[in-house]
Amino acid sequence: MSGLTRYIARRVAFALLLVIIVSSAALVLARLAPGDFAASSVGLEARPETIEQTRARLGLNKSIGAQYRDWLASAIRLDFGRSLQYDRPVTELIPERAANTAILSVTALLLATVVGVPLGTIAGSRGRGILPDAIRAVSLVLLSMPPLLTSLFLVFVAARTGWFPIAGMRSAAPVDGGATLDLLHHLVVPSLAIGLPLAAMLERLQAQAVSETIGQPFIVAAIARGVPRSRVLWRDAFKASLRSVAAVYGLVIGTLLSGSFAVEIITAWPGLGSLMLDALRARDVFLVAGCAGTGAVFLGIGTLASDLALAALDPRAREA
Amino acid sequence: MKLGVAIVVIAAFAAIAAPVLAPYAPDRKFGGLLNAPPTVPHLRDDDGGWHRPFIYRWRLVDQLEQLYVEDRSARFQLVWFTQGHFVLSSNEGAAPLLLAGTDSFGRDVFSRLLFGARTSLGIAIVAALGALLLGASVGGIAGYSGGGVDETLMRVTDFVMVLPAMYVALALRSVLPLVLSPSTVFALLTIIFAILGAPFVARGVRAIVRTERRLDYAAAAEALGASGPRLLFVHLLPAARGFLAVEMTMLIPAFVVAEATLSYIGLGFSDPIASWGTMLRDAASVRVFADFPWLLSPAIAMFMVVLGLNLALQRAPEAMRYGRPNRGVESIR
Repeated sequence: MSGLTRYIARRVAFALLLVIIVSSAALVLARLAPGDFAASSVGLEARPETIEQTRARLGLNKSIGAQYRDWLASAIRLDFGRSLQYDRPVTELIPERAANTAILSVTALLLATVVGVPLGTIAGSRGRGILPDAIRAVSLVLLSMPPLLTSLFLVFVAARTGWFPIAGMRSAAPVDGGATLDLLHHLVVPSLAIGLPLAAMLERLQAQAVSETIGQPFIVAAIARGVPRSRVLWRDAFKASLRSVAAVYGLVIGTLLSGSFAVEIITAWPGLGSLMLDALRARDVFLVAGCAGTGAVFLGIGTLASDLALAALDPRAREA
Repeated sequence: MKLGVAIVVIAAFAAIAAPVLAPYAPDRKFGGLLNAPPTVPHLRDDDGGWHRPFIYRWRLVDQLEQLYVEDRSARFQLVWFTQGHFVLSSNEGAAPLLLAGTDSFGRDVFSRLLFGARTSLGIAIVAALGALLLGASVGGIAGYSGGGVDETLMRVTDFVMVLPAMYVALALRSVLPLVLSPSTVFALLTIIFAILGAPFVARGVRAIVRTERRLDYAAAAEALGASGPRLLFVHLLPAARGFLAVEMTMLIPAFVVAEATLSYIGLGFSDPIASWGTMLRDAASVRVFADFPWLLSPAIAMFMVVLGLNLALQRAPEAMRYGRPNRGVESIR
């Protein structure tokens, strides 16, 4: 096996392990939590026997160990149990919500990359003028505004001006322009709320990486040979400094999911975060495990993509 | 940098001096003044006459819409340093001093903001200290021992680091009943935050300890017969001081925000307790954005504290950020 194949195999194994551990842990934790779905669903007045029957019907009377074993056995066949509160298979409920979270996260990530990386290159280029200073100041402010605050702020602005919808994902009756345009319109507030702080973070990272790269001999040599400065910056230094941004992408996925959690709640975006919160509140154990597992799948894909990007950009990473 | 330190010092002072600076107790309700706007201190009355600082009282004009107008017929002087408070209105019953308006229960937002700072900053500081302690121990042991121990500990920290912090906090929090006493919530959130923050600390400390161990002074101490723990805790860990200080200023804002998020969704502190998160929870309605914007003041307070800490960090020597390619990652979580 070549180094690269082995490297990929190891990363895939890590991602798989992540999914299994996270969803198992979520199932066990949700099960350990006091109060269960059976007791809360049949009402306060119910007789103990009724609660016991409901519990048996839902499979909640088994011990944690037995329940976990059953769940794991069916999970291998891609059956993740039924949601207790919706009485539908978890595999039916999650894809739609997961897709919504993915739409939001990918838009935010694209936005952050497209805005953050070029601005970081400018800010880190040691150029003079007010532009680098302005970029630095703005990104410091945005870095101090986590998604919780940006979303509150943007919702405030949107509510005052009426430019953008402040909640939900689609209008009840999309006006002319069609569904896609309507979706994009609804995406503005939540994706900016996640994307702006992220853009600031990528900007800072890229700025630091570029300013470190510029000090290296190969850049000095290129400039000495008479290559125009802007070309050195945007072709040579830019490429060499992308490494550090690529390295954090894996971590950024976790940040994205966390960030989208607060934003989904505030802007009523029907994503994975709000589904998981509902499920946790209702003690819907299988749905909780499903949500956590799906989150871990995103995470696994994200770290894998980041590792591959890193390996493509920097041959040394493959050896590590 | 100086600006940042100044903001942080002001916030800390406001939290410590809350009982004196705040005009009212955090749970005092003004029944007739629900969602009242801030009373702005004036110096000039309508006739152009100058006075010592005074306020007008709010008169409710529309019960349903909760619209208030200033009753300009009477002035109420502000009185300083009375009854153990910094500043109060001269007639508490008729015209309370509401510097940031009231919330939907008629409680003074400004007072709650100050008392909330105690909860929010307190939990963040305690949790950050916990994360430093845990992280430094794990990182120190990993870096000192090397080999299999190092490998295992670092795999675990890598794993915790990559998890989405908010989901983990949520899952761990939900293991306990939804309604808990404030002190239990405080302890629980502190532990959760400390565990989630520790890996970032552990990584850096491990790198520092590994480097320092190879230096002459460590070898000398070992040759003189210093035991393993002594070498680690007395000689090697102090080298990570600067790093730990920087780490602390990065973890505090992250935890302030984490508390706010959890309280906002109802899994942190619950209502009678004033924290910036519970206050924002009260502000979670469309009418707030349109009509009662002063209820969003905890968001501004939070922003100022985070900005202050970020500014204070600006000039921290590069060396103190050892082993952190990803600085800033957790500050936006």
